[in-house]
Amino acid sequence: MSVVIILVFAAIVMAGAFLVAFIWSVKSGQYEDTYTPSVRMLFEDPALKEEPKDRSPKTEKESRRDQAPVTKPKPHNPQPKS
Amino acid sequence: MSEDLKCIHCGNSCGKSPVLFEGHPFCCSGCSTVYQILNTNQLKQYYQIEPMPGIRIEDEKRPADETYAFLDLEKFKSKILTFSEGGISKVSFFIPEIHCASCIWLLENLHSLNKGIIQSFVNFPKKEINITFNETEISLRQLVELLVSIHYIPEINQHSIEKPQAEKSEKKLFIKIGIAAFSFMNAMIYHFPQYLPGHQFLEADMKKLFGWLSVLLAIPVLTYSASDYFLTAYKSLKKKIISIDLPIALGLITLFTQSLVEILSGKGIGYIDSLTGLVFFMLIGRWYQGKTYQALSFERDYKTYFPLAVTTITDSGNVTIPLEELKPGDRILVRNQEIVPADSILKSGTASIDYSFVTGESMPVAKQAGDFVFAGGRQIGSAIELTIEKDIQQSYLTQLWNQAENPFTAANRLNTIVNRVSQYFTVIVVLIAISSGIFWMFNKPEIALFSFTSVLIIACPCALALTVPFTFGSTMRQFGRKGFYLKNTAVIEHLYKVDTVVFDKTGTITNAQSSDIRFIGKGLTAHQFLMIKSLAFHSSHPLSKTICNSIAGDELLTVGNFQEIPSLGITGTISGIRINLGSRYFVSGEKTEEENLKTEVWVFLDNEIAGHFQLENEYRPGLHELIQKLNKTHELHLLTGDNDAEKANLVKFFGTEKNLHFNQSPTDKLDYIRSLQKQGKKVLMIGDGLNDAGALNESNVGIVIADNVFNFSPACDAILQSKQFARLNQFIQFTHQSMKIVKAGFLISFLYNLIGLSFAVQGALTPIVAAILMPISSVSVVLFASFSVSLSAKGFRF
Repeated sequence: MSVVIILVFAAIVMAGAFLVAFIWSVKSGQYEDTYTPSVRMLFEDPALKEEPKDRSPKTEKESRRDQAPVTKPKPHNPQPKS
Repeated sequence: MSEDLKCIHCGNSCGKSPVLFEGHPFCCSGCSTVYQILNTNQLKQYYQIEPMPGIRIEDEKRPADETYAFLDLEKFKSKILTFSEGGISKVSFFIPEIHCASCIWLLENLHSLNKGIIQSFVNFPKKEINITFNETEISLRQLVELLVSIHYIPEINQHSIEKPQAEKSEKKLFIKIGIAAFSFMNAMIYHFPQYLPGHQFLEADMKKLFGWLSVLLAIPVLTYSASDYFLTAYKSLKKKIISIDLPIALGLITLFTQSLVEILSGKGIGYIDSLTGLVFFMLIGRWYQGKTYQALSFERDYKTYFPLAVTTITDSGNVTIPLEELKPGDRILVRNQEIVPADSILKSGTASIDYSFVTGESMPVAKQAGDFVFAGGRQIGSAIELTIEKDIQQSYLTQLWNQAENPFTAANRLNTIVNRVSQYFTVIVVLIAISSGIFWMFNKPEIALFSFTSVLIIACPCALALTVPFTFGSTMRQFGRKGFYLKNTAVIEHLYKVDTVVFDKTGTITNAQSSDIRFIGKGLTAHQFLMIKSLAFHSSHPLSKTICNSIAGDELLTVGNFQEIPSLGITGTISGIRINLGSRYFVSGEKTEEENLKTEVWVFLDNEIAGHFQLENEYRPGLHELIQKLNKTHELHLLTGDNDAEKANLVKFFGTEKNLHFNQSPTDKLDYIRSLQKQGKKVLMIGDGLNDAGALNESNVGIVIADNVFNFSPACDAILQSKQFARLNQFIQFTHQSMKIVKAGFLISFLYNLIGLSFAVQGALTPIVAAILMPISSVSVVLFASFSVSLSAKGFRF
């Protein structure tokens, strides 16, 4: 049965690692804003848009993609988030 | 031009004469300027993420050029910047106008507008932006002015400098929950084998190891995660009050000692899983209750409203000094849209002071040199010079806020249903524990102590403690969805107890923005009305705007010789015909002694006085029904700073003139609330302006009506969106529903306690019974509370 003891300690070390990771994530402020990142990830990278693509002439397909309208990430949200 | 042309920047109607730029219509030059700035910096995507996301700032609301001059001073810079080293600085601003995805996109691309900005991050729920910038390339002042130029005006005041500590305590709670969860899960693993059949074959060493490990896990839970319960229990005991935390603390300590004894003696493994589980559930309840509206502020005082710095006029020129250093006798300069910081006397310039925040009255008051100006008004128009008369602390309005917390608020806090119930609860539980201990002492002495501790363990009022946070927490969220924002969950209970409702008039039961307008005088032709409209169009005075909007007509006529005489009126000629528009004195030359009860604008047209426009405040829609409904259950009062011109109308609403009080100063209002409370009444005050601040603070529940909940509002317990005003009664009725749910939740948790106690008094409480009963009772109470609130909210139809 002594093998169980190894398992028990392995389990507590693993769980402890997750606890440490959780505390770190709280302290580094990852729970302060849980809404904005969900909007931010949907924005196109502005660097891609501004860089002139002068190395090779644009194919028709590429330029069309550039002009494609940006998808709407979120509807208007004037309510305060609780 | 078609009527419904919308500004592509802000979505407002462009009116008759849109500003055109690159073929796009704009409602005003301000909006088109922002468009040009964004256009030249390749930030047009702003308009693609959301349609018409922009913010409109009316010309007269635009801050003056010198408004942010104080940001160049080292004194303010060091206070505002959160970090500064080697030219790299960080700053964070609260921007109430942040409202959509486009805002986030634009504000996070600020670096495209100025190279000095290294990085900007938006926190949407808090409506906050964090900017890292290079001070050698852009100064703090330029940064703020950049934000203003794209119409995102940051809020910079005393309050934003003194950051509250709320954030830290939330982080702490998260960590406490994390540790409790960790210990709870692991303790369960150690305890679980012992609940299965055949556990007696488990090796003794293994049992011991599991026991010691769970004790180790319990220590941080008891000393760190649950520390608050012991602390508050101790504090309230010192004040000779039995709060809900006392039986909790008692239960936790007994749980731990009983487990320790069992593990030490090798008898069993104890109740550590129940202990850690209890703490975990209760902390979750605390977190659920504590989640409030981050972007709303309920604690504002005059400091939030006043500027950080003022410009003083000295012999050696204008000097910007911090507000605290302002003394009586100083001469100060107040520019357009700036606030008069202390009671003072107007030296030069013609002032037009907007007291809408103070009194709720939307029309600015004209002041002449030598007039007394109260603190808190906002100057509209050109800069004025004032001499300070009183200290800021002693100004008329600020005095109201400098009072200590009123005793009713303190009493409110303690007299909650949980505390009342827990007083009886604790006494009964201790009595049961003692009597069962004594009973077994004589019958079976070996289980006497065990039955005593078992009672204390199983009676630990975890479910009881969870009922209120989850019921009220869900209620608060339901209210929030409907535009009624509470400061905290305790407000619900106070709202339930209210038996007297006091209304403010201007801006609260009347609509501050729109007013009923009528023309009294000789009949004018449509063309003549159009002439008046054309003239009024040229003035930015709110009265002119109201008149201009009230007259229909498309093509405006050309106005010549336009002249605006401050605080009197406007004049001009249209195709040779002179029109004067303004006060009675300005138009007719007569100085009337009788007090003018209503707002009037007189018209002089074609060499005669044609009549006058009469403006009446418009009552909020649904007021009549609201008052009728509230009248059945509550005593209603009305306090207003205005004269009794509207008395007849108000009597129609309230049915009696007994409780209508006119010409009330802010101090009168406060005293009135106090006298009502002395009669034993629980008062709900509904107001909107700073003149109600004292009364709002004094009352049991203070509700502020606001058109925009993020804008400034005086300190209060709840903010109600003005659109939802008519539903106030439903909100109050719903608190009765919530209270019923709380009582039902108490009943459920008592039933569980009864079952548990029946085991405990027999001395038959085994760890497995505790491990099953305790989580089940907690979870079922939480589910019951949350579901019944959302179910009854559906039935309520706010």
